[in-house]
Amino acid sequence: MINRLFPHPILTVMLTITWLFLAHSSSLNSILFGLFLGIVIPIGTAPFWPDRPALRNPLMIVEYIMVVMWDIVVANIEVARIILFKPNKDMRPAWVTVPLQLTSPEAITVLAGTITLTPGTVTAMISADGSCLLVHCLHTDNPDAVVAEIKNRYERRLLKAFR
Amino acid sequence: MSIIAEILISGVIVIGGLFGLVGSYGMIKLPDTMRRVHAPTKATTLGIGGALIGSMTYFYFAEGIFSLHELMITLFLFLTAPVTANFISKTYMADSLKESDLPETSSKYGWAGYNDPPEEENEQPKDN
Repeated sequence: MINRLFPHPILTVMLTITWLFLAHSSSLNSILFGLFLGIVIPIGTAPFWPDRPALRNPLMIVEYIMVVMWDIVVANIEVARIILFKPNKDMRPAWVTVPLQLTSPEAITVLAGTITLTPGTVTAMISADGSCLLVHCLHTDNPDAVVAEIKNRYERRLLKAFR
Repeated sequence: MSIIAEILISGVIVIGGLFGLVGSYGMIKLPDTMRRVHAPTKATTLGIGGALIGSMTYFYFAEGIFSLHELMITLFLFLTAPVTANFISKTYMADSLKESDLPETSSKYGWAGYNDPPEEENEQPKDN
């Protein structure tokens, strides 16, 4: 019964909080409507989520967000320098293949999004069996280092966070 | 509102504007589509981020409320920006690149844009 009503408890909480932020109030009225949305939307979209994305370590997600925020700032400055001061002919764009240890589609989606959000790398495609990502680098002298950094900084933390 | 708060707010807005400008300049300067895709990711992260932090700080100091709409804008941007970049690059690849132009995958299956997923009932890889 509880499972039927809350197929995705985390999604329910997220949707309620999102509604409260959007409505910008914490009155009983908004909380009730937020809860209503948080219950109805997961039930309505349940067919799209065949298995529950299992979060193992929520604290790791917080650490992950901090690391990503920091990297976004650092990488932005770096890419701004490349765009402003590096002549196009000196740029060495490269395709790299990032082999994945992650298996859950949700975790891979988060990783792919993170790679795109940190400037300098864009996720372009996934392999047909979901075992590696194709990433385009704006400029790199050492493609292996890019792969190692993605695996070490992001994937390692996501492996701990998702089951 | 104190002068320090005003300097702080102007500072983050100007920084955000600068990154937006550099991102737009990158769109003109960079020579090919795959490299141009990199430019907007800068504008959506630090560029918009600077403006949003400025907005939050302003509302905090000027009206004493902790504005949360900016966090929502950040959330929605972070959800949508990678999808857009992914779609643009996939469209470009389908249009102008052959699979032989790309590096090999690390398994025996090719890239999803050029190959069908392996046929298994439960293990369907998800296209992001």
